Amino acid sequence: MSVIQALDIGLALLVLAVAGWTIAAREAFASVVGYVAYGLLLSLVWVRLFAVDVALTEAAIGSGVTGVLLISAVVRLRKTEAPAAAERPGVVLRALAAALCTVVAAALAAVVLLMPDPGATLAPEAGQHLGELGVGNPITAVLIAYRSFDTMLEKVVLILAVIGVWSLASDGNWGGVAGPRRGARPEGALAFLAQLLPPLGIVVAIHIVWVGANEPGGAFQGGAILAAMALIVLMARLTEAPEIRRRWLRLALIAGPAVFLVVGIAGFAIPGSFLAYPAGWAKPLILLIEAFMTLSIAATLPMLVIGPPDRPPS
Amino acid sequence: MLAMALALATTGGGYLLVLAVIVPVIGMLLSLVVGGRHAERIAFALMPAGLGLALAIAIEVWVTGQPLVYILGGWPPPLGIALRADGFSAVMLVTAALVIAAAGYFARGGFATPPGVAEKRAPLAFWTLLQGLWAALAVVFLGGDLFNLYVALELLTFAAVPLVCLDGRPETLAAALRYLLFALFGSVLYLLGAALLYGTYGTLDIVLLADRTAAEPLVAPAVGFAAGLMTAGLLAKTALFPLHLWLPPAHANAPPPASAVLSALVVKASFFLIVRLWFDVMPGLASAAVTTLLAALGAAAILFGSVLALRQARLKLLIAYSTVAQIGYLFLMFPLAIGGHPWSAEAWSGGVMQTLSHAFAKAAMFLAAGVVYEQLGHDRIAELRGIGRAMPMAIFAFGLGGLSLMGLPPSGGFAAKWLLMQASVESGQWAWAVVMLVGGLLAGGYVYRVVAPALDRATVALKAPASRRREAVALALALGAVLLGFAPPEFFDLLQIGRPVAMAALR
Repeated sequence: MSVIQALDIGLALLVLAVAGWTIAAREAFASVVGYVAYGLLLSLVWVRLFAVDVALTEAAIGSGVTGVLLISAVVRLRKTEAPAAAERPGVVLRALAAALCTVVAAALAAVVLLMPDPGATLAPEAGQHLGELGVGNPITAVLIAYRSFDTMLEKVVLILAVIGVWSLASDGNWGGVAGPRRGARPEGALAFLAQLLPPLGIVVAIHIVWVGANEPGGAFQGGAILAAMALIVLMARLTEAPEIRRRWLRLALIAGPAVFLVVGIAGFAIPGSFLAYPAGWAKPLILLIEAFMTLSIAATLPMLVIGPPDRPPS
Repeated sequence: MLAMALALATTGGGYLLVLAVIVPVIGMLLSLVVGGRHAERIAFALMPAGLGLALAIAIEVWVTGQPLVYILGGWPPPLGIALRADGFSAVMLVTAALVIAAAGYFARGGFATPPGVAEKRAPLAFWTLLQGLWAALAVVFLGGDLFNLYVALELLTFAAVPLVCLDGRPETLAAALRYLLFALFGSVLYLLGAALLYGTYGTLDIVLLADRTAAEPLVAPAVGFAAGLMTAGLLAKTALFPLHLWLPPAHANAPPPASAVLSALVVKASFFLIVRLWFDVMPGLASAAVTTLLAALGAAAILFGSVLALRQARLKLLIAYSTVAQIGYLFLMFPLAIGGHPWSAEAWSGGVMQTLSHAFAKAAMFLAAGVVYEQLGHDRIAELRGIGRAMPMAIFAFGLGGLSLMGLPPSGGFAAKWLLMQASVESGQWAWAVVMLVGGLLAGGYVYRVVAPALDRATVALKAPASRRREAVALALALGAVLLGFAPPEFFDLLQIGRPVAMAALR
């Protein structure tokens, strides 16, 4: 057994241990901490599987944005944690749930191990058209060319989720502001960090979107980093989130799918097919779409994390 | 091989499929940006376009006698995604367009932005989510790729769940949360199954998968497990007994136009995908054990849902439990329609007919219940004596919808149950016919519980003046369910277009 193999086995065991801790933890906060660590370890697993794009997304969304969301949920639920614990389902029900999960997981592991190795894949085909698309990263080609319809609709899912979150506001707060209030005199480590990090983060995000055409990265990872920067600034109370009635906010939310649709509909006319790119124009159009998708993701994720507006518009 | 080549190239009229999806998407995005009362206007402006597109697709499928296909972005599967419309897709699209338009027309006023207010919470959420739901349904009915259909399920979940808790009462929030958990659980199982299928066959396209599963003499364990996971996930979303627990509180607490759309269309969308999975993707896997299990759960749903509907104290809960029961009928088509038997075509038509007629009947009944609730301020069944005189059209709509649920002629429900019963007799599977008869009697019981006291000669005190417009919308939908009973033979020909004549029984 080589050192790398030993490290891989250690990583796998650590993932399992942290997953077990996350489930077994008595307090919600401990469980969330476990979950964030689990997400980070999982992104290491993805790196080891040479899926760097997935690793970046897992780190940014799986543990970053979701972690912030869960921690703020835990803070809100503090008061109700004790009564909720009293409503825990009985031993029999929990044992049944555990048994069902174990059976499904074991069956899943068994069939995956029984699957042909290497499994069936479209990876070679996905790499064949990179020249005509002008991109070097086959994952970008999948997301913005071969399966661009899915990518566009996935963004629409996020917008519906934002509307769903907003719809939980009280009628009086509709159109207003969500999230932390602006602090009177922001200071301390968080405020310092919130002033230091965003310029760096913005550069990194733009870099990740830009290289996404040829290297791991792209609109989703870049947008998630921008969203994280926005959340740091909001949490440090340097500024407030925009009122949800603002037209520019809503334009930012829909910009990605809207540009996608415009390019797609133009495709009816020029190459003659919805969502097809005219020869020679693929690369600039892909970059255009990625830019607006990044903007939309950067606007959507913080809106999902900070929740429905809780104070009325000014 | 020729059919295969046809399914992988855009056909004439294929662009209609793209339009059917992107028109509501554009409407939803535009409604969010422009906001306020314009959201409602945009939704209304696009509804005739949506209906026109759905009808154009149905006519095109019927005239050509072939499924319509559109290859998105010019990338044919397995790399790219295809949209396809067969007869079942086409009639579901038309039904969705009609029910959504009716629910929207019913919701005018209830979800209006009052004058002098720039924008209000519930109206903006309702009109954007309704259009989102419409787009999601279009993708479900047209998607030809298992991952694309997963995205469609996500669209559907995130549009449907917030509709349940639009009025913000705590019990509606609890109902919506439970619905969300079931729906997400279903999505995860579906996605796991789709990933296993991709890992086995290297494609997510339904036609290519069907070709590859048919070519294999033995079913790989991963494929069987994938089918099980996907079916379990979709059953949770369809609320088939015993995974129905989320449905009654969610459907009974939502605002009436939302209840109508949820019960009529949203649960049918995941059912539609179960049909796709077992009839199109892997017909070879649909053994007698599988189809009998699905139908047995359906039979249990019919009996359990109907008995619980009989025992409800509130009208909307009664209608919701009746949905649990009527979903059961849909699953009786599995053992009857699979394979190339003489009766399979009949059973297929019966199953589709049940999907359509229940959509119209149930939407009508939920809207009628909405009228009752609005005018009485409650929907306690014990206190409905004499409401038939105050709101005759609503009660008539409820009764006509009930007729279709019972399976009495003339109605789409009668046609559906007649066809299914004929198929079960011809195939010698008598048990299903008995369950259908008992279910019809029980449906008669719970409809009678409402209609009989409503026709009493008592006087009732109304809280709000009657809205004849809303009553008329409910009645129009109920008449739709009745009219389906007069469907000409050409209609049944349309339903058969693209029906996979599965070879399961022959292999």
